[in-house]
Parts: sequence; structure tokens; C-alpha cells
Amino acid sequence: MRPALLVPLVVFAMVAVALAVGLGLKPREIPSALIGKAVPTFALEPMKDFGPGFSSEDLKGKVSIVNVFASWCVPCRAEHGLWIEVAKTGVPIYGLNYKDRPNNASAWLAQLGNPYTATGADELGRVGIDWGVYGVPETFVVDPDGIIQLKFIGPVDRNALETQILPKVRELQAKAVARAG
Amino acid sequence: MVAELGHFALIVALVVAAVQATVPLIGAARGADDWVAVARPAAGIQFLMAAVAFFALMYCFVQSDFSVATVFQSSHSLKPLLYKVTGVWGNHEGSLLLWILILTGFGAAVATFGTNLPPALAARVLSVQAMVGVGFLAFILFTSNPFERIFPAPAEGRGLNPLLQDPGLAIHPPFLYLGYVGFSMAFSFAVAALIEGRVDPAWARWVRPWTLAAWCFLTIGISLGSWWAYYELGWGGFWFWDPVENASFMPWLAGTALLHSAIVVERRDTLKAWTILLAILTFSLSLLGTFIVRSGVLTSVHAFATDPARGLFILGFLVVAIGGSLALFAVRAPALRPGGLFAPVSREGALVLNNILLATACATVLLGTLYPLILDAISGEKVSVGPPFFQATFVPLMLPLLAAMAVGPLLPWKRGDLRGALERLRFTFIFAGFTGLAVYALVEPRSAAATGGVALAAWLVLGGILPLYERTLRGGVSGAAARLAALPRSAIGMSLAHAGVGLVVLGLTVLLTWQTEKDQVMRVGETMDVAGYTLTLRGVASVAGPNYVAQRATFDVAKGGEVVMRLAPEKRSYVDSPQVTTEAAIEPTWLGDLYVVVGDADGNGGYAIRGYFKPFVHWLWIGAAVMVAGGLVSLSDRRHRVGAPAARRTRETGALAGAASGATE
Repeated sequence: MRPALLVPLVVFAMVAVALAVGLGLKPREIPSALIGKAVPTFALEPMKDFGPGFSSEDLKGKVSIVNVFASWCVPCRAEHGLWIEVAKTGVPIYGLNYKDRPNNASAWLAQLGNPYTATGADELGRVGIDWGVYGVPETFVVDPDGIIQLKFIGPVDRNALETQILPKVRELQAKAVARAG
Repeated sequence: MVAELGHFALIVALVVAAVQATVPLIGAARGADDWVAVARPAAGIQFLMAAVAFFALMYCFVQSDFSVATVFQSSHSLKPLLYKVTGVWGNHEGSLLLWILILTGFGAAVATFGTNLPPALAARVLSVQAMVGVGFLAFILFTSNPFERIFPAPAEGRGLNPLLQDPGLAIHPPFLYLGYVGFSMAFSFAVAALIEGRVDPAWARWVRPWTLAAWCFLTIGISLGSWWAYYELGWGGFWFWDPVENASFMPWLAGTALLHSAIVVERRDTLKAWTILLAILTFSLSLLGTFIVRSGVLTSVHAFATDPARGLFILGFLVVAIGGSLALFAVRAPALRPGGLFAPVSREGALVLNNILLATACATVLLGTLYPLILDAISGEKVSVGPPFFQATFVPLMLPLLAAMAVGPLLPWKRGDLRGALERLRFTFIFAGFTGLAVYALVEPRSAAATGGVALAAWLVLGGILPLYERTLRGGVSGAAARLAALPRSAIGMSLAHAGVGLVVLGLTVLLTWQTEKDQVMRVGETMDVAGYTLTLRGVASVAGPNYVAQRATFDVAKGGEVVMRLAPEKRSYVDSPQVTTEAAIEPTWLGDLYVVVGDADGNGGYAIRGYFKPFVHWLWIGAAVMVAGGLVSLSDRRHRVGAPAARRTRETGALAGAASGATE
């Protein structure tokens, strides 16, 4: 056998290894440039029937979750039940209603329940741009100083909630308590 | 009931494929005729079962049987019938089923039309084809069952992505699959030849028509996809170097190289190992494309819903199919003795140059496509490789290929006379140079690159048809038609295909150099000037469609103060889906397309309007159509229909008899 004839096989083996490693990676998990940065300054109008609006000031002084949602977003519907559960545990969740029609959005919350401490309507998506939103749903965890500590893209499932989001919330809460004490 | 019937048919197909993959192969090795004879009926049954499954799924779609998960996920009872039917392959499971239908269809075609193939070769080809079939049937049955039921059955489906509700998009996947899967024939013939340890001109004569047909289908599929992106996505682009586009382009490049190297095997009985390798690589790239689209390893706008289990399965299949065939190649290729010798300057030499450049271009695209993945795997860094990389690497590789394309066909086999060929091209060269200079002198703004591009296009078109001219019209107008009819169809096909490439180059050059784009917020009554046209926004109205609400802007388009046409681009919001689609208004003219897109309202009565003039864009599609026409004309060549003359085979077996496996002859 001539060694040169093995070249295609060797090259393919390297490609196959790269593909195998690639399967375990998630190209959609793009690191957010906003991690460790302060939340953008904004003040959103209230949603129809669901006051009183939502601004960057609301996020100061406590650990909070910010959830970007829309009534037209099917995965949002899937994760909504989890937010209702989380809300019952007392963690404040703020809703950023992204590029939605007022009637649809409020009908959606009326039907599925409202887990949000406060919500704001971002009809034109301008505030969404400041938050770096490129797909809905997206979820952020913000610390008491208003610094974004975690960003989650796509629908949150139970696994993601319990292994990523809630642990981050508890960690930040513990830090805040330690600092206050 | 029908869904279960389809599911059952798939299971039968898998069992038959498993038999077909082993029994004839063993039979061919042992010289057992009755085992060999299993291949043909098995191929027929496999195809029949795949067809039953496919039409069962189509029936479920047409009936809107939402208890079938695939139908629920991707159909809707209100959808027009056409899109219910095309919805069958608008999703992962159904498209895989279409893939299998085509794969088994090609197998059945070999079984039916390959009656003049030596029985042992036919048996081996069909066995290899069935091995591929086993892989795909197991994949669909174990990870992606299209007939899975859900209980209780939902009342309504989730609809199809409205972007996909478009005739151009609905018909382009079948063509792409016919192309991808068509290359499986070349693969099966290559692996069968490696098992036999023999490649001869008769083999090449068998492989070429299948490869050519697959190449034609793939060219049609890629062009349709590109055309769809151009008129539907709304930013006037036609090629984005997206991973999924690259996934279809790589087999095309490798397949083009294969077409040309198979000519050398057929005519000169040499370059065999390389041709076998190309045949394996071409289909491997098709398989790799499937992996990229369905495993989620690369981000793309085209990707299907992805699932790591599926990715793992396909990867395992790739390792077995590609790794296995390449290992077989490494072991058996030394048995393929080269035949005729040739000088570097010769038809063979030109075809080798063609192959080197096409293979390098293909490797470049592969590298650019996989680089983000490799870098992410090594360092965790996220990058995206965009058009700049591909343009910087691909274009320099294409230029020498295109320049040499007119010369190659004029060189004789074995030993060529470069000077003689260039002398025959003298008029072509002068004409091309003159065309370039005329463009430089007359078209504003001046562009040196475009001058070169247009001259190259003229060189290709004229150089492409030069061999035809020499053999017909030069001998006088009288009798030219008769001489044309007497020419081999493959010669006419080659001329057409090469001229088609020239037309594509022409379209690309002019489009990329002189397209104009205007971006402007317009209120009603305001005007925008694009390439000599004055667009006046007459109004914006909401219009209700069957399942969408559209915002339609109406423009009067004036040229020289006179209103020549009216354009009405739309932006559609769909009832069941958050998707918004842009319907660009495109007005084709002789010189190019006027292309207008309406965007978001600014809230103060203005609308973001983009107007483009796309000069010569139609030559891209015309060029592609001419290339396909060339392929089809060549396919109708008598040689391909007659197949392999038996006498020739036996004469050439002697030298390789020692390497041939088993007592098949």
C-alpha cells in the first residue's frame, strides 16, 4: 500500500473528530457582550391593562430576572408556566414585552396568568436593541447593582431553570446578604 | 391506518435493503449466480416500499391527519393543496423520506436499465447502494419516524413557515436531493469497482450518465434556491456563503471535477484512482451536507430542527460510509493500473488542471465552512467566516480555471500543441479584448475589474462555441445544419455548458460592479431616483390575503418624465405565525431588474424604502439554464444510451485479473 493513498482517510478522520466535538458544542450559545455590564437605561410604557410600566430603576437593590416575551412567540408559551412557578417563590421577574400588539399581549397574559412583578411594552423593539435581544424568548439575571450576570437565549426548560438560572439567582442573593451583613 | 401502512413499508424496505446489501455481494464473490440474482428484484421491492411510505405520508398531509406528529408540526388545514403536498418534504422527517425514495429510485433504475451491465458488477453496485439505503432507513426508523402518532390528536396543525410557502422554494429541495442522491450512483459504482479491483473505460461509460444527470439536477436545485433567496428574502442577494448553501456547492464542485475526470477514464483509460476517489468524495460531501443541515453543528438560517441524537447517528453513518470507502480505497487503489500516458500539454493535462483547481476550490469552501466549528472545538472561540474569506480564496482559484476553459477542449489527446490551440483562439482573444475595452470606454463608472470580467465572459462564451463553429459553420453555411446534427451530442453539450459558465460570469461581473442601491425614508408623494428611474410613493395600504395581512406600498415609476410602470412591494404578516415576509416588487427589464422593498414605518408617516437596480442579474439564471441544457444534450449522447460494449471489457481484463477479487469472470 502506498502511504499517499491514506491521506484522504486521515483527513476525513480529522474532520470526523472535529464534527464529533462539534456535536457537543452549542453554536447558538453566543457569549453576550453584556455580561458584567450595567443594564441599559430605559423607561418602558406600561402594557395595556397591565401597569405600571418597567424601567431600569426597578432593577436596583435586589436580584431580579428579566424575561423578554411576546404573544406571537410560541416557545414563550412553553416556558410561561415555569415563570408562574418561579414567581410563587418570591423572585421578582420583570417582563419586557417585545414587538407585540397591545391587545394580543394583554389577552395573552390574561389567559395564561401574569408571573411578572412589572411589565413594559417595547412595541418598536428599541429597548430590545439596547438589551441585545436577537431572538425571543431571552432571559437575563440582574444583580442588585443593576449588573447583568447571566443571559439565556431561547426557551427556558426545567433543566435550564434548575441548573443555570435559579442557582445564579441564589448565588447572587447569598452574596447580597453577605455584603449587607 | 395509512400511517401505519407507511411505517410498515419502511420496515420492510429496511429488511430488503439489508438482504440486498449482503447476499448479492457474497454471491458475486463466490460466483453463485442465484445469490447474485437477488439484487435486481430486491432493488425493485425496496423502491416500491419507499414509494408506499412516501405516498402514505403524502396522503396524511393531504387529508390533514394531525394525529401524525409530522403533519401536525408542519401542516395546516387551511393551507393550499399545493403546499400541503410540498409540505411533505418541508420538514426533517419527510425530507429524509424523499431522500430515501430517490435513493431507492436510482437503485431500481440501475436494476431496470442496467441489463447490459456484467451481472457481478451490477450485483455489487446494487449491494453498495443498498448499504447506503440501510443507513438511511435505519436513521429514519430509529431517530426520525415520520409516522409517529400523537394522542389525543390536535384539531389543527402548526402550519408551515410562511417563508416556505412559495413555489420556488417548494420545488427546489427535490432537485437538490436528486442531485445529492444521484451522486450515490457514482459512489456505488466506485466502491463496486474497488471491490472488483478493476476500472476500465466501460466502467466510466456507465458512471458518466448518472453523474451527469445528478449534476444537472444539482445545478437546477442550487439555481432555484439562489433565485428564491433573491426574490423572497428581500435584500437582493443571491448567494450568501451560508453553511447550508456551501453544503450544496461542495458536491457540485466535486461532481463537476468528477464529470471531467471520468472523460479521461473513458477515453484514455487513465486517471483511474483519482476518479474513484472523486466519486467517493463527491457523495461524501453530499452526506456531509446532510449532517450539517440536520445536526445543528453549524448555525444557519436553513437548518432543520436539530437533535443531538440524530447528529450522532449521522456522524456514525458518515464514519462507516466515508471512512470505510476511503479505507477500501487505500487498500485497493494500487490495483488500478494507469493506462495511457500523456504529456502535460494535452487534453488529459487540461482536464487534470481542471480537477486540481476544482478540488482546491472545493477544499477551500470546506475549510471555510468547517473553520468556525474547528476553532470552537479547539479554543472555544466563536467566529463566523463570511463572504470576504470565500471571495478572497475562491475567485483567484476560479480565474485560471476560467481562462484555461476555452483552451482545454482545443487540445488533442496524449500530446497537445498549445501554440496551435492559441492560434485557433486568436479571433476569440481579440474579440474578448475588444469587448473589454469597449466596456471600459463606454460604461460609467469605469472599472478595471469589470473590464477583465466582461472580457473573460466573452472569452468563455465565444471560446465555448468555437469548437462547434469550426466543425459546422466554417465549412460554409450550406450543410452546416447537417454537420451539426452529425456531431456527437456530448460535443454540443460541452460547448453549451462552457458558454453557460461564461454567461454566469457576465452576470456576476456586471451585477457586482454596477448594481445601485438606495435606502431612504419616504412619505407619500416623495420620490427616489434609482438608476435613471424616478420612483414616486403613491400610497401605503393594508391588504388582506388568504392567511396574511400585507402592507402594500404603491409606486409610480417614471423614466424620462413619463410613467412607465407601477410597482407594489409588500410586507406580509401571517395570521398563524410571527414571521414577516417581504415581497419585493421586481420589474425585469432588458438591462436588469428594478427591485423595490418596503420596510418598517417610522411612526411619522414615513416608510423605510430600499430601491435597487440589479443590472444583468437575469444572466445568472440564463447562464445556469444554458449549463443545464448543455448537460442534458450531452446526456442524450448515443454513447450513454448504448452503454458498455461487451467486447471491450474482456480485452482489458487480462492485466488486472490478478487484482480482481474472486472468480467472477
